[in-house]
Amino acid sequence: MADVAISPHGVAVHSYLENTGKRRGILAWILSTDHKRIGILYMISIFTFFIVGVILGLLMRLEMLVPGPAGKIFNAQEYNALFTLHGVIMIFLFVIPGIPATLGNFFLPIQIGAKDVAFPRLNLLSWYLYVTGGIVVLLSLFRNGLPDTGWTFYVPYSIRSGTDVTMAVFGVFILGFSSILTGLNFITTIHRLRAPGMGFFKMPLFVWALYATAWVQVIATPVLAITLLLIIIERLFSVGIFDPSKGGDPVLYQHMFWVYSHPAVYIMILPPMGVVSEIVTTFSHRSIFGYKMVAMSSLAIAFIGYLVWGHHMFVAGETQPAQFAFSLLTFLVAIPSGIKVFNWVATMYKGSIDPQPPFLYLMAFIILFSIGGLTGLVLGSLATDVHLTGTYFVVGHFHYIIFGGGVFIFFGALHYWLPKMFGRMYNKKVANWALGILFVGFNALYFPMLLLGYEGMPRRYFTYLPEYETLQHISMVGSWILVLGLIMMLWNLLHGIFKGERCGNNPWGGTTLEWRISSPPPPENFEEIPIITHEPYYHPEAVN
Amino acid sequence: MSEIAGTIEETEDHAKHLHRDEKGAKMGMWLFLLTELLLFTGLFLMYSVYRYLNTADFHRAGLETHPLFGTVNTMVLLTSSLTMVLSIAAIQRGRKWLSVGFLSSTILLGLAFLVIKLFEWSLEIEEGLFPGSQILLSKPNGEILFFGLYYTMTGLHGLHVLAGMIVLIFMLVFILRNKITKDDYIKLENAGLYWHLVDIIWIFLFPLFYLIN
Amino acid sequence: MTEASETRRRPSGEETKVQGEPISYSKYVLVWLGLIALTCTTAVVAGINLAALTLVVALLIAVTKASMVVNIFMHVKFEDKIFKVFLGIAGFTIFVIFTLTFMDVFFRR
Repeated sequence: MADVAISPHGVAVHSYLENTGKRRGILAWILSTDHKRIGILYMISIFTFFIVGVILGLLMRLEMLVPGPAGKIFNAQEYNALFTLHGVIMIFLFVIPGIPATLGNFFLPIQIGAKDVAFPRLNLLSWYLYVTGGIVVLLSLFRNGLPDTGWTFYVPYSIRSGTDVTMAVFGVFILGFSSILTGLNFITTIHRLRAPGMGFFKMPLFVWALYATAWVQVIATPVLAITLLLIIIERLFSVGIFDPSKGGDPVLYQHMFWVYSHPAVYIMILPPMGVVSEIVTTFSHRSIFGYKMVAMSSLAIAFIGYLVWGHHMFVAGETQPAQFAFSLLTFLVAIPSGIKVFNWVATMYKGSIDPQPPFLYLMAFIILFSIGGLTGLVLGSLATDVHLTGTYFVVGHFHYIIFGGGVFIFFGALHYWLPKMFGRMYNKKVANWALGILFVGFNALYFPMLLLGYEGMPRRYFTYLPEYETLQHISMVGSWILVLGLIMMLWNLLHGIFKGERCGNNPWGGTTLEWRISSPPPPENFEEIPIITHEPYYHPEAVN
Repeated sequence: MSEIAGTIEETEDHAKHLHRDEKGAKMGMWLFLLTELLLFTGLFLMYSVYRYLNTADFHRAGLETHPLFGTVNTMVLLTSSLTMVLSIAAIQRGRKWLSVGFLSSTILLGLAFLVIKLFEWSLEIEEGLFPGSQILLSKPNGEILFFGLYYTMTGLHGLHVLAGMIVLIFMLVFILRNKITKDDYIKLENAGLYWHLVDIIWIFLFPLFYLIN
Repeated sequence: MTEASETRRRPSGEETKVQGEPISYSKYVLVWLGLIALTCTTAVVAGINLAALTLVVALLIAVTKASMVVNIFMHVKFEDKIFKVFLGIAGFTIFVIFTLTFMDVFFRR
């Protein structure tokens, strides 16, 4: 009974995957305002860009085969373009849209018992803007060449560079719009479309995470938008606002840039943290320990995240009072993050652990996120930062936290939710092996960077001193192992989607609303809007 | 109405099936306004920093703007906010043509604002005070920055006025076609909110660029 | 736009506001007159040399005008609390951005 859904018009449709109307094929998808289809459209485009970003990363590691400058594959200019594009793609086209645009779009309405988001057409527009932005960024390749400024576009070089900074920055501007509209949509959806009985404190923690993230998207992104717009205006009209020879202030640019870009990292990490709460409860067969604290800590992280941007500028020419203030505030953000980690661990205590693939990704996350977080403390501390900033240590830090933390959970989330989205299960053994390879490759790739930075190698340099060669080689081999793991994981998931064994509505024993409906879900999610009577993660059989 | 899963028509039906959510629409609009506010915040931040670092230069440069035009434009925009709000008050009472009258006035006042601004800019350009001009470049840095910000901020604001006017013209058509009525005027309210924001931004631009001296 | 509304409870437990009477035309005109008056005031004050105070006074007047537009023309005074919270969040963020940036800039040179 649960596998067949009846739509309000009396047409028996099995799932949102089937086309039942006039539009066929691709049009039924790219013109659809169904949040589930939009989530999948995002998934396809985001992973396409991810693969491009990975290839760029591989090339950057390959470039480090020899210290150079002799024998290098790419020259300095090309290398600059490589790391710029790698950063722009990974950040603006992969991690920032990341979980919210894909799994958030798919599951937010379902988890709150709604039939769609508040503004379905705006949702589709968000996706169009995403694709357009991505294309515009790549167009810079064909005019005056990809920017060589780094994804941070620091002035005055971004104003003077002969490469097509204008086009690339305009592309990012469009992507920002996409992000803003998604955030706006999610906030309104969460406020207005919760099922009867679901107060704010009965929402799943994934929804809380998306809520906090959406606020950051709405409030912080416009500051980036104006900063990027000003680069374009400066390049076109030479008004002088970023030109030191006319009194322009490059440090002011950095302030404006990081006012967005620091909160942006919370856009990247809050949704994965929300997923962790989902996975840890499902696979411990227990309710979350300290629900309210975990919910509020998402808001606290979003809030404190606005207060710390200057820690990216400790050596840029910030005055001392600012340095002290930002360093102190940076340590504050560890508190709500710590609360989350303690509560997750407490949830697992005396739980009935089921070590399925999503749970194993969670284990990897805890290790990698901890390393990332601890190295973050080293960088947040002013005295140590002045030695490590601008080195490979920073590169290692953010890859541990964003990739090892955020993206590994994104992968874990796919392993958790793809069976719901497509009704089929992937090969779990292969999934676990892929994770193992990913984990080994990841650490081989990035741990040497922490050491390289500690030993003084600057980042974004295409040549290096011979003493760094061994670590660079280990890192390069790590990148190959990592990519092997990625290929294995992605192939396994894709194969699972199309050829996997059918799984039922609730292969994992989850308790949030999505596990009550069929896998894959019907087009309108629920035949009748459910009425909520208890908190999420309600496990009556749990041992307390 | 065709029964098609996942298409736009289905969603229209589906949205009505969810019943019109005016509070939700208003929320969405307000969130969008907040993004516009934060967008201009970046510019105001830049202005305050540069003014703090170049106070004397800013005062000197401020003498070159035309307070009369600025003041008139402020009155124009404030009045347009009034006619905007009266247009909504009228439709609330079912006074369709009164509403149309007030809305048209709003649009015309917006146009007047832009015309005055264009005239003002052309005066200043004639005086040689534009980005990249020899005259401007010969002045101290603070003055160059002042005018850089002047053109950027009033220019971006002007674009928003233009965008607002276009939105209002659409609203005018909706009223005329009875798509906005006494029982469903949320679109007009939301358009009005946008227009008021544009007014508020000017309320702050005015003293910063015209009343320094 | 309408005056303060009353709260009713729907069967599902959700609260909903019932709109009261619309605001009179003349009330709006009065607010507009206030805005015009403030504009004239600020223009006149600019001519008086108060050194650093001129900026403070000008900004105070601007803030007053803006809050009149926000509360009456944009109706925030009569809306549900959530709208005020939204505005508060934006306002607080702007405050933080200015404060922390000036923590740097203020101590330069």
